[in-house]
Amino acid sequence: MDKQLILSLIAAIFIGGISGYLGSLLLSKRMALVAGPLGHLSLPGIAIAILLGFNIALGAFPFVFLGVILIWLLEIKTKLPMEALTAVVFASGVAIAFLFLPIEQAESALVGDITQINYFDTVFSSLIAIVLFLIIQFIYPKMVLINISEDLARSEGISVKKYNFLYLVLIAIIVAIGVQMVGGLLTAALVAIPPASARNFSRNLTEYRSISLLIGSVSSCIGVLFFKLTAFPAGPLIILTSTFIFLISLLFKK
Amino acid sequence: MDDNNLLRVNDLTVRLDDRLIIDNLSFVLNQNDIISILGPNGSGKTVLLKCLLGLLPFHGTITWKKGIKIGYVPQRLPFIKEIPLSVGEFFSLKKVSKQETIDILHAVGFEQDIFNRKTGDLSSGQFQRLLIAWSLIGKPDVLLFDEPTTGIDIGGEETIYHLLEDLKNKKWYQAMLLVTHDLNIVYQFTNQVICLNKKTVCIGPPRKVLTPENLRSLYGGDVKFYKHNH
Repeated sequence: MDKQLILSLIAAIFIGGISGYLGSLLLSKRMALVAGPLGHLSLPGIAIAILLGFNIALGAFPFVFLGVILIWLLEIKTKLPMEALTAVVFASGVAIAFLFLPIEQAESALVGDITQINYFDTVFSSLIAIVLFLIIQFIYPKMVLINISEDLARSEGISVKKYNFLYLVLIAIIVAIGVQMVGGLLTAALVAIPPASARNFSRNLTEYRSISLLIGSVSSCIGVLFFKLTAFPAGPLIILTSTFIFLISLLFKK
Repeated sequence: MDDNNLLRVNDLTVRLDDRLIIDNLSFVLNQNDIISILGPNGSGKTVLLKCLLGLLPFHGTITWKKGIKIGYVPQRLPFIKEIPLSVGEFFSLKKVSKQETIDILHAVGFEQDIFNRKTGDLSSGQFQRLLIAWSLIGKPDVLLFDEPTTGIDIGGEETIYHLLEDLKNKKWYQAMLLVTHDLNIVYQFTNQVICLNKKTVCIGPPRKVLTPENLRSLYGGDVKFYKHNH
């Protein structure tokens, strides 16, 4: 096996796994809508990173983080429906990116490219994934309770606002490292599809969260291997693998 | 505050989006009280519970006895069905030992095999008992019980209140405030009633204050009602 493939597989295991794991906390529909616009909003950042030649995740993060603040403030200050916000953010993210991104470099911004990932980016992404895993592990019970009922969570002394914000920040970081692998258009799928499949395979929360992480890792690995075989871009192959697993999961629905 | 007082509410007024929900309510909850909050839909019953829990802004004062523990049984939890969550896992969301969980589940009439059942698969009556059990973790002094308006079968409702009475006799908790729309329950299980329809219509022992006039002004029309004579 060549060294580049090993690096790609390592990055895929970590990024795919952590995305699936965080995604398993997207228990309510409202939260699930957030990853989409954030992925699109990362496009201008990716464009800048590509043009100036630095790490895509670092380029994407400030934009995604700005998006998080925006969503959080708008949700608190206005009672604007999330859908309206999503549409605005979606479109403007793509529009701004294409103002200055040369079209021949658009592919890796839109659908990512993990197959050329270097040593530094692999280590960087993997470390972030491990730290995120520990944080998610810690907040998991409280987030589940918030998803069940915000009132019940508050009556247990949990600061719902604080945890929701922390959660949004976690999504922002995951979107930022996820765009390296599947690009700005597909990151939402990286977070949303594995838990949707895991739900069908599992009877309880422990199974659900572990299976979600596992499917995230496995589908990313398979996607990278398929790239090696077919030379189609890896990002879309990863998402399609994940979709295929979802279709299989429907047969097991409990 | 009297030593016997667990809760004292003075001039509680609640406005939400400029609508007056509760107007100038005052009452006291004492040791061993079971107070029902009676009123039509939208009369502010659930809002009152949420204020007592500190979940909503209000004017006036709500004073709990120092160091008191409150257990809250919400009306319903519609989202829990969408989450793959076993009963045992639902309890582990609170910091509680397995032994305490088993004891509490026994107290509300479950066997240990309930542990691995999916919460979403329970019947509405079973789920109601589960919520009561959940609220009893950590031995609360006061229970705030929000009665589900739909979904519990007839007969099942009576059972729940017998269970709550039984739990109180066994000292699982000391006093309760319960929201209900059922006059039957008020007469049978509670020693005080607060009739709420924005304005406090009446407060006192049910047999004394639930006069036909008061009920008419509470529900705004004729209400068929009957007194239980035990």
